[in-house]
Parts: sequence; structure tokens; C-alpha cells
Amino acid sequence: MKKGFIVVLALLVMCGLSFSAPVTSEAKTLTIGLNVPMTGDIPKVGESSKHAAQMWLEDIKAAGGLKVGGKTYKVALDIEDNESKADSAVSVATKMITQDDVLAIVGPQSSKQAVPAGEVCNNYKTPMISPWSTNPATTDNRPYVFRGCFLDSFQGPVMAKFVTGEYGFKKAAVLYDVASDYPKGLAEFFKKAWEKMHGAGSVVAFESFTTKDTDFSSQLSKIIKSGAQFLFLPQYYNEVPLIVQQAHALGWKNPIVGSDSWGSPETVKLCGKDCYGSFFCTHYAAAGAKGATKAFIDRYTKKYKEVPDDVAALTWDSLHIIQKGIESCAKLTGKVKKDREALRNAIAKIKDFKGITGNMTFTENGDPIKCAVIVKISDKGEYKFYKSVCP
Amino acid sequence: MTYFLQNVINALQWGSFYALIALGYSMVYSIMMLFNFAHGDIFMTGAYIGLGIATGLLAIVSSGVIALPGWLILVLTIIISMFITSLLGVLVERIGYRPLRNAPRASAAITGLMIGIILETGNLALLGAKRFSFPPLIMTKAYNISGVFVTNKKILVVLVSLTLMLALDLFVRKTKWGMAMRAMSYDFVVVPLMGVSIDVIAPMTFAIGSGLAAAGGVLYGVAYPVLDPYMGILIGWKAFVAAILGGRGSIMGAALAGFLLGFIEIFVTMIFPSTLRDLIAFSIVLVILTFRPHGFFGKPYSAKLRL
Repeated sequence: MKKGFIVVLALLVMCGLSFSAPVTSEAKTLTIGLNVPMTGDIPKVGESSKHAAQMWLEDIKAAGGLKVGGKTYKVALDIEDNESKADSAVSVATKMITQDDVLAIVGPQSSKQAVPAGEVCNNYKTPMISPWSTNPATTDNRPYVFRGCFLDSFQGPVMAKFVTGEYGFKKAAVLYDVASDYPKGLAEFFKKAWEKMHGAGSVVAFESFTTKDTDFSSQLSKIIKSGAQFLFLPQYYNEVPLIVQQAHALGWKNPIVGSDSWGSPETVKLCGKDCYGSFFCTHYAAAGAKGATKAFIDRYTKKYKEVPDDVAALTWDSLHIIQKGIESCAKLTGKVKKDREALRNAIAKIKDFKGITGNMTFTENGDPIKCAVIVKISDKGEYKFYKSVCP
Repeated sequence: MTYFLQNVINALQWGSFYALIALGYSMVYSIMMLFNFAHGDIFMTGAYIGLGIATGLLAIVSSGVIALPGWLILVLTIIISMFITSLLGVLVERIGYRPLRNAPRASAAITGLMIGIILETGNLALLGAKRFSFPPLIMTKAYNISGVFVTNKKILVVLVSLTLMLALDLFVRKTKWGMAMRAMSYDFVVVPLMGVSIDVIAPMTFAIGSGLAAAGGVLYGVAYPVLDPYMGILIGWKAFVAAILGGRGSIMGAALAGFLLGFIEIFVTMIFPSTLRDLIAFSIVLVILTFRPHGFFGKPYSAKLRL
């Protein structure tokens, strides 16, 4: 009786939670994979990606499909959750390529997942675009892997130069997650650029923590003691509020500057007044946008009741790069391996692509050359365009 | 010196959480000879229940029905969340552990893991994957005492934790129920024959442990106001280490070891590069266990361990 009750309970829970199975793709449908974090540390990133992708699919559907060599193809999205974990991103990529026969993959977004997933896509010769991964290793020596954003080797020096010009500081502190590719890579690029400008030892505190840490008081006490004039914080929106608030509670009054990972609207929502007045480097600024960018922002805001973040904009651009690549293929054979190769070559040839986050031309390595934007968090918590820095 | 004192303050706050959670592990172990691995997730659930209550109370206050100051809302949040989470603890014992009381210990151990995963994913299914910000019930005030920064929240965390620990200690030492618990932990085969029912003592232990975890969860939400469904895992593991280090089943040991672990983590970061924190901290724990395999206050017998 007791056991029966538990069995019934378990079944009920399962029934209640089961979702409808994803629609299987029909023949003649081109499937694009979306390998994004719907759960895990940064679910907002996955949500923004999904929103942008669904908007893109709407457009394709409204146009009746994609035209390639006189034939029209239907398009389907295969959205899978990589839980913001490196190993899950690899298994998602492998599943998409080997079981779902995707033509190309968009994502993963953060470098921690994009670096290992890029390896898989390159080995299986499947085009992959990571919209948001800024770590150089993602595309390095991988002809099938592209990205939609600038690199940390560009972003690091941009922030070093910006702080020097804006504040005239000489002593820097850095706090970063040592277990994640993106913060670690960017912290090192920043340190290198800063020490090149201000001499060895000018980064007076170079402190780290591990993913999922929530108490940073010890590291921050060390940073405050080091006499640093500002803190560079290349972290995601789930850590930024905790670190900034704890720093202020420990008596830190100097500026804290961030990187493109601050771009999510969640940063300010969770951080509140503590983050006002901070600068960070990002891919685009929603406030004050014009033309196609503004059209995108308005449409997105109307549909999802929030201003699109950089992830949404970059995902949108990446999907359009794939679309342009597919459309510029002479024809599709229906054999997925051949088509993937054709698509890869077509994307590599794209010149001067006009995206909503700027114009892009890919280097041989699959990295676009594009500008960075410095954004200031206003006293109302909005992301205000401050200046643009181009390579 | 101020730097040192600053880190003592930091460590006191951080250690409080380990201590509060370690107590739950330790109490359940002393009665039932098993570690409730869902405990970290009960802590998480306690924080979320606290979030719900705080949000609800704030809504009531802002609608103008009744005026409550922030600190009172916080006190109510802690108390109500402790109560509801205690019921959850009883439920966990009833559904998860009681049917397995005579099953091999390994089955009971994985039950804990499974309940933990059910709580995490249940939360994920119910509330979605977005992060929640714990409402700031009291304004952060930072006091600068000749270079050492102390916030009112840090003082609150440490004081509430210490109060709860002392209350628990009194309960276990001075009351009849506490005596029954101690007797049960001494011998859970004979004591039931004397008329003390394990079916009463076990749920009570779970309730107290879960209540403490909930208090920890709400305080954690006050100190680190970003909640996510997986927040209990890592802190739960480390508190488990503290429970072992304190001596399995020893309440005082668990509390002390919780603070010790907090101090070790903070001070390792103070002296060494922060990258090496966990490496060095847990090497120290390993060395301590080599010399004191039963922890600080553990009783040196394990014949009762029914593996």
C-alpha cells in the first residue's frame, strides 16, 4: 500500500512535468542547431538566444522558407540545453551532428562551452558559429568554427586603454573565475595589456575564485589592501552583483569596470544601485541605436517585453550569417556532409556582412573584425552608450 | 592587523553557514546512522521559501494593510521559513527514509542524493532557471571601526547563527526530548524498547535539522542575495566535510568545525594565491583527519555503522 502510494506519486510527478516531445524534422528541411544554456549558471543567456532565434525563424517562415538554387527549403530549429557545462555542450553538439543531422550549429555562447564544442564541430566538419564566445581558442586552427563577436585579445587592451584614458589610473586589480575559460582568458589578456602600458607589477592584485563561489570577502580584502585604484571584473551576471555588493560592504569606493559578460539586463536587476556608474565593454548598446539595429530592438522589446541584450543581438547576427551562407551556396545536395562543407566555404567567403552589431568580415581564423562599445550604467540603471572603440 | 581582523570578521560570517548546515548533517547522523545528502538542497529550499515569504510580506506591507519595519519582516521570514522547511524535513523523512529504515545504508544514502536532485529540478520546473534576487529587507550599513569594515548584515548572520546553536544545545541537553535524542543516538536498538519511538524521534531530528538549514538559507539570502536552484550543492558538500571533521554526531563538534572550515578557507586565501584555496584548505582537513580519524569530538567506535 505504502509502496503503491509512492509509485503513484512518482508517476504523477512525471506526468505533470513531461513536456511535449520536440517536432521531428521532415525531409527537405534544413535544421539549424542551437546549443545554448537554458539551465545552469547563466540561463538568461540561453533565453535571449532562444528568443532571437525564434524571431529569426518567424521571418524565414513568413518568407516561405530559404531559397537555394531555385529550390525552397523549410527551416527548423533544434534548440538544446547545454546546462552551461562544458561536457554537456560537447554531448549536445555531438548529438546534433550525428543524430539530428543539423546543417550548422549556433552556440555555445560562453567560451567555457564553446571551446570544447568547437573541437567536436571541427572534427565532424560541421559549421559552428559561436555568437558570444570571445576566447581566441574557440576558433583557433578550426576552419569550421566561426564567431560573431570580437576577441578577448582585443577586449582586454580596449579596457586597459579606456581606464588609463578615462581615469589616469596606474594600479589595477583583477578578480576572476579561474575555472572558466572566458574570465580566465580575459583576465590574462587584460593583465598583459595593462603591464605593457604601466610596467611590470602594475597589476597589484590578481585574485581568483572558482565557479559557484559566493563569498569573495577574503579576495576583496586582499584587493583593498593592495592599494589598487580600480577593479577589473570579467564575470557573468550571476557573480557581478555579489562581488560588487561585497566590495562596497568592505569599504571599497573605487570604480569597478566590467567586460562584455555584464551585458545582460539581469546584471542591473540583481545588482541594483551598487552597479550604477560602472563602465563595461560590450558588443552593442541598445540605448540610442539606429536603423536596422533599432528595428530589431523595437520588435524584440514588443515581443518579449524586454530590451534585447548583446547575446540576443549577436545570436540574431550569427543566424543571418548562416542564412546568407546557405543562400549563397549554388545548390544543396541533400547529403548533409556535402552541404555542411559547402556552407562552411560560403560563410568563410562572406565579405562586409552588415549586422546589427556592426559590419563583419571574417579573418582566415573565422573571427570577425568589428568594433567594441563602452557602456556606462546610468543612475537609472540603463546601459548608456559612452564611446565606440574600433580596431 | 586591521587586515587580519577584517578576515576574522569575514571568516565568522562564512563559517556560520557551514556550521548551521553541518549541524543538520550531524544530528541526523547521530540518530539514524546515515547522512542525509539532501540536506544542502533543503538549505536551498529554505532560502527559496524565505524568498517567497519575504516577497509576500513586502507585498502585504506595500498594500498598506499593516505596517511592518524591515527587521520584523526578516525575523518573521526566518521563523516562518524555518517552520515550513521543518515540515519539509518531516516529509523527506516520511517519504524518503522511513520505508528504507531497514534497507542497506547505501540505499538510504542514494535516497538522499535523489531527494536532493528532485528538490533542485523541482525548483527548476516550478520557477524556471532564472536567478532570484533576495529582497533587501534591511539596508546594508557598513561600520568602519578603525579600518575594519563590519556590516549590520554580518553581525546579524553571526548573532542569529550563534543563538540558534546555543538554543539547540540547550534543547538537547536540558529537555526530555533532547534526552530521548541523545539516548537514541547512543543505542537505537535498545532505546525503542524503552518506549521511545524512533518514528517520533527521527522526524523530529529531521525537522530541527531542516529548520536550522532554513535559517541558514534565509540568512544566506540576506548576505548573498542571488538565489539559484543549485546553490545548496557545494555548500552542502563542504558542510558535510565540517560535520565529519567535528566528529560524527557531535553537535558542538559540527558547529566548531563549521567555523574552522570557514576560517581555513578565508585565511588560506589571505596568505596564498586564491587559486590554491580549496587545494590547501582541504589538504589541511585531510591532515587533521589523518591524526583524528573520528573528528574532533567523535566517539571512536563504528561498530554500529550498518553498511
